[in-house]
Order: sequence, then C-alpha cells, then structure tokens
Amino acid sequence: MSETMADRKVDRSQMQVSDEVAIQIAGMNKWYGTFHVLRDIDLTVNRGERIVIAGPSGSGKSTLIRCINRLEEHQQGQIIVDGTELTSDLKNIDKVRSEVGMVFQHFNLFPHLTILENLTLAPIWVRKTPKKEAEEVAMHYLNKVKIPEQAHKYPGMLSGGQQQRVAIARSLCMKPRIMLFDEPTSALDPEMIKEVLDTMIELAEEGMTMLCVTHEMGFARQVANRVIFMDQGQIVEQNEPEEFFNNPQSERTKLFLSQILGH
Amino acid sequence: MSNTKISFVRTNMLPQKSPPSSQVGAVRWLRENLFSSPLNAMLTLLGVLIVYFLIVHLGPWFKNSIWNANSLSQCREILAGESGACWAVIKDRWHQLLFGFYPQEAYWRPVLTFVLMIVAVAPILFAVVPRKVLWFSAVFPFLAFWLLWGGSIWYSVAALLGFVVGFGAFVLLQRISALVAVIGAVLAPIFWWLFLAGPVDTLLTAIVPIRIPAIQSHDFGGFMISIIIGVTGIVLSLPMGILLALGRQSDMPLVKWICVGFIEFIRGVPLITLLFTASLLLNYFLPPGTNFDIVLRVIIMVTLFAAAYMAEVVRGGFAALPRGQYEAADALGLDYWKSQRLILLPQALKISIPGIVNTFIGLFKDTTLVVFIGILDPIGLSNAIRADSNWNGIVWELYGFIALCFFIFCFGMSRYSQYLEGKLKTDHR
Repeated sequence: MSETMADRKVDRSQMQVSDEVAIQIAGMNKWYGTFHVLRDIDLTVNRGERIVIAGPSGSGKSTLIRCINRLEEHQQGQIIVDGTELTSDLKNIDKVRSEVGMVFQHFNLFPHLTILENLTLAPIWVRKTPKKEAEEVAMHYLNKVKIPEQAHKYPGMLSGGQQQRVAIARSLCMKPRIMLFDEPTSALDPEMIKEVLDTMIELAEEGMTMLCVTHEMGFARQVANRVIFMDQGQIVEQNEPEEFFNNPQSERTKLFLSQILGH
Repeated sequence: MSNTKISFVRTNMLPQKSPPSSQVGAVRWLRENLFSSPLNAMLTLLGVLIVYFLIVHLGPWFKNSIWNANSLSQCREILAGESGACWAVIKDRWHQLLFGFYPQEAYWRPVLTFVLMIVAVAPILFAVVPRKVLWFSAVFPFLAFWLLWGGSIWYSVAALLGFVVGFGAFVLLQRISALVAVIGAVLAPIFWWLFLAGPVDTLLTAIVPIRIPAIQSHDFGGFMISIIIGVTGIVLSLPMGILLALGRQSDMPLVKWICVGFIEFIRGVPLITLLFTASLLLNYFLPPGTNFDIVLRVIIMVTLFAAAYMAEVVRGGFAALPRGQYEAADALGLDYWKSQRLILLPQALKISIPGIVNTFIGLFKDTTLVVFIGILDPIGLSNAIRADSNWNGIVWELYGFIALCFFIFCFGMSRYSQYLEGKLKTDHR
C-alpha cells in the first residue's frame, strides 16, 4: 500500500498545526435503537491537523465523522464545530455543513448535472455567489484536481478516480475550513487510488484540517499527524503515525495492524 | 516439452478489425430476429399469415368506404350487400363528437383555445421554445376559461389577480419571516376571491364591458370535454402528487398522516363513486342555491384521484434514489426545499417518467367515465347518435373513430415520454 506513495515526496513544511480548536467533541454517545455505536468519545481537533481514523468495519469510525456534520445525530454529549455547537437547531446545522466539506466512499455526485453544475450548485444556492464567479472558482478547483477538460461532461462518463476528484473539488468550492473523508478510496480500482490520494496530500500540504477514515496506511504514515484507532464504538488508541505503526500499545491495535499490514 | 514456451512478450498491440460480413446487415437481422430457431420461424410465418388475413378481410371494408349518405340504410343501399364502412356517420356528426352541443357559431372558441393550449404547453414540454412563453402558459388557464365558458373577461381577470395578490403578499411578508409569508400568500388570495373579486368584476364590467356570449356547462361535450377534464387533471395532479409524495415522507407526523390518509382513501375508492359523489352527493352538503359547476366538480374529483396515484408513482422515484444523494445534498448545506428542488426531485421525476405518463394516459381515458353522470363525452354522444333512427345499428365506424382519437392522444403522450427519457438520460449505462 505504501508503495503508491513512494514516488512522491510529501512536503510537511506547510502542515503547521495551530493552537486554535477546530472541532471539540466531549462525552459523546450515540445509539442506533438500543445498539451503542459510539461510546464516550472525547476528541479535540486543532486547526490544520490531519487525522486518520482507522479500525475494523463496524467500529463506528464512519459514524463518528458523520456526526461532525450531523448526517448522524448524537444523543449525548457535545460536538462543537468551528465554534458552533451541533444541536437540533437547523440554522446551526446548515452553518456547520456549509463550513465542513465531506467526501463519500461512493462519490455521490449528482448524476443529472454536469461536472461544472455539480461544483457550482452549492456556492450559488447556499453561498449566493453569482453564477459567473462560482464557475470561475469551480474551474480553478477542477484545474487543481487536474480534470478541467471534463467540466461539461456528466458524472456517469467519468472514471471512479475522476469522479472522486470531482467530489473533492465540489467540497472545496464551498471553501470549507474542515474536510471529512469517509473511506474515499475504498470503492476505487487500485490504479485510481493514487490520483485521489495525491489530491488529498496536496490539500494537506495547504494546511487543510482533515479527518480521514481510510485503510490507506501509507497515506496515514506520510500525511497524518495523528492516527486514531477505533474498535467497538470507542477510541482504543491514538498516537503520532510513527509511534502508532512502530510501537502500538494495545493488543487490539497490534492485531489489527498485523492483519492489514501483514500481507 | 522443449517446444512449448511460457514466456511471451507482445511487441505490437492489435488494431481493431471489422466484423465478418455474415455478421452485419439485413441478412443478419433477419436471421437473428425472425428465423433464429424453428419455433421463431413458425411464429414469423404465423404472423405473416395473420397480417395477410387482416388485409384480405378489412381491405374491402375500407376500400368500399361510403362518405356521403344520410343514414345507415342509405349506406347499405349504396353498398348493395358488399362489405364496406359507412363513414358518413362521422361526416354527419363529427361536430357533435368534437364539441357536443356547443353552439356552432362559437366553435372558433374551443378551436382557438386548443391552439393556444399547444402554444402554452410548448415551453413546458420542449426546451427549445423561448422561456418567455412561460408567461403566456401562466395566463393561459384564465384565458381558456373565458374563451370556453364566455361571459365577462373581468371574471377571469379577477380570478387571476388573486394569484398576483398572493404573490404580492408573499414578497411583502417575506421580510418578516418565511412562515408568515407562506400563510399570507395562502390567506390573501382567499380573502380576495371571497370578498373583493366579485365587486372588482362587477365594477370593471360596468366600466369596460368586454364580453362574449356565455355558454353553460351542459352544452359542453365530445372530445372537447374529454380534453378539458383530461388536460386540467393532468396539469393539476402532477404538482399535487409531488406534494403528497413529499408529505408522505415527511418527518412531521401530522403532515405525514394526512397525506397517507388521503392517498389510501382515494386509492381505495373507485373513480366512479367519486364522480357520483361529485354529481349527486355534493349538492346535499353545499348550501342551497349554490351553483357549483358540474364540470368543475368533475375536474376536482378526477384531479384528486389522479394525484393519489401520482403521489405513489413519485414516491417510487424517491425510493429509487441512493441514500447518498440525500446525504451529499445535506453535506453541502442545502436546506430541505433546495435539496428537494435541485437534487432529489429532478432525479425522482426522471425515474418516474414512465409511471407518470402511465397515470396521465389512464386519467385521460378515465374521463370517459363521466358519461355515467350525464356529461356527454364522446361515448355519451355515440350512444345518442346510435339512438337516432338514421344511425341506429352503427357500431364499428363510430367507436373506431373515437378509439382512433383517443389513440392519437395517448400514443402522443407515450412517444413524448420516450423522447423525454432519452433526452434526460445522463448516466450513459
């Protein structure tokens, strides 16, 4: 896995972490019916931090980041994103959502709109940006993810990797302060994973606050400044990547790492 | 084993070749589609035979068509025992089949309305028509009402102004809050129609009398009435169905249960009972002396009926959307109405096009049920024509003509839906 990164020298010089808090989660619990999916989560993310969340499937890692933009509702505890607390107040939810970008495993582009329309939709309707300006911004980000020539095609005509890069650009068009990635490369062919990871590394180099649920441990090693390991709805271990991979403390983490890195 | 080599390296990639000649063209098509197996070949021959017999038997009937005669017996005299169609009945009574008992000198009014209707729906159906025509589409229902029923034009204008008042109230109150604006936009026009529209109508009619002779609903008939009921029902049932479908998925229990109750009740009752309710029972509930037009009552019932079905068709479209579309719309910060309008509804409607058009076609054909409550649609008129001693006993020509007219409309809708599906296809599967 790490060889997909081998040819790229990651520039960590810009990746400064500030003291300012971007996300504060305290004593957060969530249930699906009677099933306790997230248990006493405490997590503080500073601005500029790149966090990789790993763990076996069903450990609650996706649910955790989906709580941060309220795609899932938590039942107990506190989530403060960018100074706004997430409650059932719809105004707060919309405010947080327009500040937090999200990239999904299955891209979730809008198939009835062209790539350009996908990118300009939220800036025009949520941010009230004039259409022309929104299109300029959209083209800027399409250039950044290296597919400006696809602007007038429909999502169905693009490869998976291209679609995921469009999805990243779509989030960036809203000028988010935090980006959430929910297994962004899990639905991609091996050849396309690299192009998406490269885009994400570039984003990290620019100092974006990022939370990534991913199984790409090479990415975690090179980009993350913290790796969080989750199991059974709780944070089992967190550490700097070097320490996390070379010197895991808990038995559960050791088992997990041996299973995903062992082949 | 020394002559087998495992190692192989391709030095040049193979170019594309065209398929062998036996695999292209008409011969291949015939072989694949008509004679692919003995059973298929037999069915093909059987089909050819059926077509042959149809031509042999129906050919003379069409060839000996009689267009000029005053009665069925005269037709038979001319034919002298040969088989032949007596289209003279259509020539004699086409105006009744199309317009019912609408006064002859006013035929231009429904015809003009029909032509204007085509203009009004054009921008909705085809993207190439300039968007400005939509303004005419918005005014058209009121113009059509005036042209068809006649009377003073100010009646229609006063009704139209109700919507303008509603829009004005919405814009003015929007500064206070969205909820107040919506309530104002609903209440203001109702207030206008109940208390102000009447006096405004009377006043304007007194000052500028623009009027055409009024024609009563019981003179309406034929395809005109089918189209009036059908088109109004189609136009109103789609938005109503969409709202019901959204309501049924709502998180608000009250809204949800009202919508579910409405849909289940209407779907559980035959249309004909609703029509009888409209024609007979409603009179008991309305205050004595109210003149609530029968055509209007039928339109309301047909619309409610179609809307319940439409709601379920549209709900099917919503159900087919991946969960991720809702999530992506939410994650971008779009609120409920924006994500519905921009993301979910366009996709759900696209998926439901076949079902929607199916409901439209069903609704249009169901308009023939109004014959049972005494409205003279084409079927009702055919009964009247057949009761005339001149045309007593004529069947095929009359019903054939009616069937043809219905077929043209329904087939047109079907073709349009296919065109639309093709046009909106963006997934390139």
